Amino acid sequence: MRLSELQEVASLAGIATCVKLLLVPTYHSTDFEVHRNWLAITHSLPLKNWYSDESSEWTLDYPPFFAYFECFLSIFASMLDPQITHLQNGQGYASNTVILFQRISVMVADLFLYWGVCKISRHLSAARKKLLLLAVIFSPGLFIVDHIHFQYNGFLLGMLLLSLAALQDGHDLLGGFWFAALVCFKHLFAVAGPIYFVYLLRHYCRGPQKVLRFFKLAGTVVGVVVVAFGPFAYYNQIPQVIKRLFPFGRGLCHAYWAPNIWALYYIVDKAAAIVLRKIGVHVNVPQAALTGGLVGDFSPNALLPQITPKISALLVVGTMLPCLVQAWRHPRKTDVARWVVYAYACGFMFGWHVHEKASLHMVIPFSILAVQSLQDAGDFIFIATVATYSLFPLLFEAKEYPIKVLLLVLYILVMWVSFAHNMMERGELNSNEASVPISDSFVHQPCNLEKLDEGKNVEKQPKDEGMQLLSIFEKVYLAGLVLVEVYGQVLHPFFLRDHLPFLPLMLISGYCSIGMLYFWAGQLFKIAFMSGFHTEQLPHMKKA
Amino acid sequence: MLQSETDVSRTPNCRSQRSTSPFITVLTRRSAIGTKKKKKMEQAFVWPWKSHKWATFLAISMFAFLLRMLVSLHSYSGAAVPPKYGDYEAQRHWMEITVHTPVKQWYQNTTDNDLRYWGLDYPPLTAYQSFVHGIFLNAVEPAAVALHTSRGYENTSSKLLMRWTVLSSDILVFFPAVLVFVALYYRQHANQEQAWALAMILLQPALMLIDHGHFQYNCISLGLAVGAAAAVIMRQELMACILFSLSLNHKQMSTYYAPAFFAHLLGRCFQCRSPVVGVMRLGVMVLATFAVCWWPFLSSWQSVLQVLSRLAPLERGLYEDYVANFWCSTSLLVKWKQFFSIPMLARLAMGMTIGASLPSMVQQILAPSAEGFLFSMLNSSFAFYLFAFQVHEKSVLLPVLPATLLALNEPQVLQYIVPIAVMSMLPLLWRDGLIIPYFALLSLFFLLPAHPVYGPQGKPNKQKGGIFKSSALNLLPFCSISGAVVLHLIYLFLHPPARYPFLFEALITVYCFVHFLALAIYTNWRQWFQPVDRAEVSADKEE
Repeated sequence: MRLSELQEVASLAGIATCVKLLLVPTYHSTDFEVHRNWLAITHSLPLKNWYSDESSEWTLDYPPFFAYFECFLSIFASMLDPQITHLQNGQGYASNTVILFQRISVMVADLFLYWGVCKISRHLSAARKKLLLLAVIFSPGLFIVDHIHFQYNGFLLGMLLLSLAALQDGHDLLGGFWFAALVCFKHLFAVAGPIYFVYLLRHYCRGPQKVLRFFKLAGTVVGVVVVAFGPFAYYNQIPQVIKRLFPFGRGLCHAYWAPNIWALYYIVDKAAAIVLRKIGVHVNVPQAALTGGLVGDFSPNALLPQITPKISALLVVGTMLPCLVQAWRHPRKTDVARWVVYAYACGFMFGWHVHEKASLHMVIPFSILAVQSLQDAGDFIFIATVATYSLFPLLFEAKEYPIKVLLLVLYILVMWVSFAHNMMERGELNSNEASVPISDSFVHQPCNLEKLDEGKNVEKQPKDEGMQLLSIFEKVYLAGLVLVEVYGQVLHPFFLRDHLPFLPLMLISGYCSIGMLYFWAGQLFKIAFMSGFHTEQLPHMKKA
Repeated sequence: MLQSETDVSRTPNCRSQRSTSPFITVLTRRSAIGTKKKKKMEQAFVWPWKSHKWATFLAISMFAFLLRMLVSLHSYSGAAVPPKYGDYEAQRHWMEITVHTPVKQWYQNTTDNDLRYWGLDYPPLTAYQSFVHGIFLNAVEPAAVALHTSRGYENTSSKLLMRWTVLSSDILVFFPAVLVFVALYYRQHANQEQAWALAMILLQPALMLIDHGHFQYNCISLGLAVGAAAAVIMRQELMACILFSLSLNHKQMSTYYAPAFFAHLLGRCFQCRSPVVGVMRLGVMVLATFAVCWWPFLSSWQSVLQVLSRLAPLERGLYEDYVANFWCSTSLLVKWKQFFSIPMLARLAMGMTIGASLPSMVQQILAPSAEGFLFSMLNSSFAFYLFAFQVHEKSVLLPVLPATLLALNEPQVLQYIVPIAVMSMLPLLWRDGLIIPYFALLSLFFLLPAHPVYGPQGKPNKQKGGIFKSSALNLLPFCSISGAVVLHLIYLFLHPPARYPFLFEALITVYCFVHFLALAIYTNWRQWFQPVDRAEVSADKEE
């Protein structure tokens, strides 16, 4: 990497870090105490007790690599202030030292994110590279979830980007390694596992040495898993670890419904129940139907059939199928990013007990696609807005309200103008094909080429190019977000006061789930019907 | 970093892109690839400065506002430190007094208004502003401004409300004034440069830290001063008089700019056909504005004197805490307070201040010009900051403001004065618990793109690089920065010797004073001997 490029990344990352530093005193959720407790567990207890400790209600429920990571952090934490890592005295400890320490640990861990985005943007043209850097580094979702709410998503997503970058460069083994490591950090990322499996099987394990390659790949993945889980297997802790990692018995939806298909399902269910009752049909509405989703509660439905974890899992895999078929038939490295995004979208839409934060898993990798085609750029603006907006209920205190709004609006403004002027104005396909394999991945660059070819039919520059990034539906939908927000913040408190307190939140998750569904369906359509027209697969094209 | 839009070749738009069917896409795609060469390989990132000027300005303003909101989450002066607390409590107390006592008693010691506890010591406009904000607080959270019982009142919601009074003042006064100023003063510059200047003025850390961290309302008085400067540039002298009088009536510290306004407006009057009439007009305007502001206190001579005595507290001493001016820095060597009495020192300080601001005044009287006027603002505020009586660390905001207004004329001065000014307030901000925003905003300021290398009309202008690019002075900024870094490390990590507990503060003070003195000498020289806007002066004459 050249010095000037490094400088560019460093200055953007520096600016982002300054903003993150300023965010230190903002509200932090219980996740903060969860991670502090993990520091204490990994520091004070021997490894065999990590997953069986119950001295705090915030038990360790991330895979072993994350535990090792916390163990590493706890070395510094205990040097700084021994109370942080004390199992009993540390509980609920929230002095300035521990807040600063944990906040800064997130900022430092974000170095992975910067590394990942550097890797993935390496072969892009200067303009696209800058777009991608801006889109990822200043993602408001990451600011909200990692640096206000408190989690460590940035560096995990950095690993995902590293993995995708390796796959796009053709280093399949390395890509597999990073993905295996990522899943051993946070198992929620395993949703893309089937895609990785099929793709690596078909793309890497081929040629004369396919058996050898298969074993190399299997060896890599198993090696990573052994390093992660080996010590726990040694102490016979694996069943306990599994029990912690997959806590069945949680509801289909989280306390605040993540904007996915189940939110819509519930809303339809409740609405039907109310309507039926109004027209006189007796419906047996279960108690606490509207506060469902709490841990251990199966969120009973009134009318529609009950959803079990099995149905949800089947739906995830089922909706992923078209993508798996594509990966099996045409394992092209240029399409991997889209498949992975789609896999996470499926997991988000149909998964069991999904958190709204999981939408970051698809938004961040989707920015890779966004800088490569105009249509994806429009979709990116759309999905980034919807996903970030659906995170708003995470921050419910008054002092963060203007901050989250401004973070989102500023980001969308800058990204919108940048995308419109760096991808549209000067033509789509201007990054060179030879060194940019990934720009080859998708279609929709027609009209520029037509015009470049013929030099005729040149239309005048329209007044406002940016408006064409989004379709009419998308524009109307995004305008609707403003209405939803105005309703929740102004109209609802004004007219209904304390009645139906859940209604604004339900409206947000219901409305956002429509946007999510639209995005998911669009991706499904592209994968199922459009990548088949890829140039390689159409021999007759060569004649033309 | 960012390139101008001008060199962009405009390829046709893609209106039909989204509606074209995938089939056509593929058909056209294949044939095109052959003809398309790699000529556009390395395309740099482009920001549409030209077509999206106001979107750019909006984005910069939003970012500046976001930073202010973030700073306001942090601590403030005297947070939870009874019995006297700090500036936050002072402002809150003024709201309490102005809401609950009649206007005439605001500046008087009464049973309800104990002047020893944060008595109002700013001019009437601040009192009115406290009154308005007090009414707002009284409506939302009456306990926060209840008479007598609310002393030291701090809870989450009242803090948020107080912070929002500053944030809203900033967005209502300072931001519009700066936008108007940039659009007027830099109207002949490329949009990219205008945006840079705007960013420099709005993202300057000193004001953000003092107003939204430490807690003050400088944004109002400084915003009014910027508005007055914009009016001067527009040749709207009457408007300038009104706005500057308002600024003076909000904070007496705006006097630092008075020599510049006085000299420039006088110079302009001399250019008129009848100077006396011109001076009379302006004088009447100033008096009228003052009369309106002081109306409730004009009932008797005594009440006027009472207000005035509150505004000029001579008993406070030569300087406050550790301020990087002449008196404080030299007091290490010369014990001024032992040689002279306080009134004597006051007179001495006044004489030196006038002497230091005289050259810049004379220049403006002889040849008033827009750029010269801004330099004069800078020079006279430097004169006051360095030599005046009873200067506070926070007064450094006053020289910093014109330096940022001159961003495109003197990028070097800007890049020196802002970090040094922020550094001169390090002990204050450290006491306030604002060290995180201090470093975050200072680093952010260094990380912002250096001065864009495009001159007017988008032509490359090689002379104006950042300070780090000018070859002749390469060593100087390096020494300056390393010195500052070392001082920071010493201040933050070492304990001072027991005999000299304030040794490090004194070192910082002297270090900053040397810089300020050098800068002041340079800017004075610059104002006299390098008038850049001759073209503008002649254009003005043609009008």
